[in-house]
Amino acid sequence: MDVLNAIVVLLNFVFVPALTYGAQLALGALGVTLIYAILRFSNFAHGDTMAFGTTMAILFTWGLQALGITLGPLPTALLALPLAIAATALLLLATDRAVYRFYRVQKAKPIILVMVSVGVMFVMNGIVRFIIGVDDIEFGDGARFLIDARTFRELTGLDEGLAIRTTTIITLVTAFVAMAALFWFLNRTRTGKSMRAFSDNEDLALLSGINPERVVAITWILVAALATTAGVLYGLDKSFKAFTYFQLLLPIFAAAIVGGLGSPQGAIAGGFVIAFSEVTVTYAWKKVITYVVPESLAPDSLMQLLTTEYKFAVSFAILIIVLLFRPTGIFKGQTA
Amino acid sequence: MTATAKSALMFASMAVLIIATGQLYGWNLALTIVNMGLTSAIMALGVNLQWGYAGLFNIGIMGFVALGGLAGGLVSLPPAPGGWAAGGWGIVLGLTLGALTIVAAVLAHGRLPKGRLRTVAVVVILIGGFFLYRAVLDPATVAVEAVTPASTGYLGGLGLPILLAWPVGGLLAAAAAWLIGKTALGLRADYLAIATLGIAEIVIAVLKAEDWLSRGVKNVIGIDRPVPYEVDLQADPGFIERAAALGLDPVLASTLYVKLAYGVLFALVLAMLLWLAQRALYSPWGRMMRAIRDNEVAAEAMGKDVTRRHLQIFVLGSALCGIAGAMMTTLDGQLTPGQYQPLRYTFLIWVMVIVGGSGNNLGSVLGAMLIWWLWVMVEPMGLAIVALLTAGLPPESWLAEHLSDAAAHFRLLTMGVILLLVLRFSPRGLLPER
Repeated sequence: MDVLNAIVVLLNFVFVPALTYGAQLALGALGVTLIYAILRFSNFAHGDTMAFGTTMAILFTWGLQALGITLGPLPTALLALPLAIAATALLLLATDRAVYRFYRVQKAKPIILVMVSVGVMFVMNGIVRFIIGVDDIEFGDGARFLIDARTFRELTGLDEGLAIRTTTIITLVTAFVAMAALFWFLNRTRTGKSMRAFSDNEDLALLSGINPERVVAITWILVAALATTAGVLYGLDKSFKAFTYFQLLLPIFAAAIVGGLGSPQGAIAGGFVIAFSEVTVTYAWKKVITYVVPESLAPDSLMQLLTTEYKFAVSFAILIIVLLFRPTGIFKGQTA
Repeated sequence: MTATAKSALMFASMAVLIIATGQLYGWNLALTIVNMGLTSAIMALGVNLQWGYAGLFNIGIMGFVALGGLAGGLVSLPPAPGGWAAGGWGIVLGLTLGALTIVAAVLAHGRLPKGRLRTVAVVVILIGGFFLYRAVLDPATVAVEAVTPASTGYLGGLGLPILLAWPVGGLLAAAAAWLIGKTALGLRADYLAIATLGIAEIVIAVLKAEDWLSRGVKNVIGIDRPVPYEVDLQADPGFIERAAALGLDPVLASTLYVKLAYGVLFALVLAMLLWLAQRALYSPWGRMMRAIRDNEVAAEAMGKDVTRRHLQIFVLGSALCGIAGAMMTTLDGQLTPGQYQPLRYTFLIWVMVIVGGSGNNLGSVLGAMLIWWLWVMVEPMGLAIVALLTAGLPPESWLAEHLSDAAAHFRLLTMGVILLLVLRFSPRGLLPER
């Protein structure tokens, strides 16, 4: 019984939160990695792109709610998601046209593009704050739990409860659908194949008659979809705050680099690696250990390796270790 | 127009801008802008050293500034009563053990033959060392933080003059930069960027979480200052007399006097550092740095040790940021880890360097003054624009209210637009590198 209780605690406080967070990070990292694969620079504006997408989703959600349209037990934000993706895609395409294209034509060094993306980051951050302010915003509606802790305890007769939140399921299902669609697109469609060809060898792709502007435009649309989805899922799961989204940049980059920049599979793996390490290292293990060991050995302290303030330190430590020992990441990403 | 004449003209325009601000918005604001502009100029010099001379993309400036700020507190504050007795030496022992663990792991990695044995040994050393470190450190920090937590609950500082904290802040930042440079330099440019971004976040996390060191988010107030206090000046009959002779109210005169005193101190430091930076830039060392920046392969073929030079300039540039951080803490008179925001302390400094002209020290100083002036003044200007736009609307209407709330966020937008415009149309900046 005690072992079962320990497993339930572990599932409830470590496994399920890490899985959810990992899926959100993976979607974010996929966006970063796609931009790197096609446009060949690290986009520092990605966190703020997510924030912009989520802002749009919140506005559309409010609009739909005002019209009396909801999804019943599911959050209305899911209905607003396609509209938000379209708005974000328009912004990204306009940004590309107004800002990035000039440097692409010039064949500027990647570091210049990184700096330009810092400028875009400022502007997007300003736009988001301008539209929606800097406060915490909860925009989820519908049912909060699929199974709450008490129902679980009554059903199973265990001492510990396992709460499954609606947002957890939505995150996992949406992330899975988005990833499956992305891989289907990249591997099975003609456009997706031309994107991969462009990523592998730009000159050869140009010689084969692939239109680079089209590839770039489609990349931005995909990035808008991924970033908005990631942002909305994160916001539904926790809450929306402009600054938090900016700070997500670090774990997202860590995920993309750990997996191998430029490799979509790597981005997903990296997302889960980072999420699971962050959660396990900052979790207080006292409860789990108390259930498993004999009473005399039960720990007095919280058994927490690092306090939650240091969660960035975890993603960072993994990033440094990977960079030092395997600079191309778990899956071999692009090196140049 | 020669480059010198252009620089002189630009700086003269900047002075006019400051004087106009003083006339229109009051001299207190103008002097505040100048003081913060001067400290920002030192940070910008540091970034220019790294980016302009050597092409290193460091976006962890905030971390080095915060370390300098920490030094400001640690040097000048009096030791907290009972703090050291409660567990100070336990903390020192714990930190030493932590450092020894890392040294042992690095040594094991270097000395043992490659293979499974080495991996196991390194992992065992790291995990064992971590638990040992926590076992020694945790009780000591708990004991220290339990000593009068409402007022102290930390170790306190050394009780030395605050001016000493400025070089110490530089040294602390330099030491951190050496450690980071040893691990992260030699990575690709954008990886170095991410690595420094992460380090900065970790430094802030340490300042916020380690209460025994910095009181965390409870802040340390009442840091010593190198200039007299306003209240003392207002109580000094000699000062009141002199203020009256200038036709000034004693309260206003005292605040202006204090700000001017800070301004003179900061300007002296900046002038010294600027002179050193200029000498370095036009020395053989500076030419070598630019040669490395422009073509690493060629420089390496000429026998230059690129990695060592990069480490050197990374440490020097970060030290400047540390000095500026200590100066900023001195100006604030308090240590508030919550104030460090990457947009303000890292990316804004980058805007200053790019706008001023990367590779040109005078440009960095000019960029710092100009961008800081804008950063402060955009808000009132934004409010004025909003007032103009919504003049026809009733003040309680939804749109008017939203817009005047949102005017505060004009800053980020403006900074981003300026950065993009400069990168696009004038990538060499206001004062281009010669």
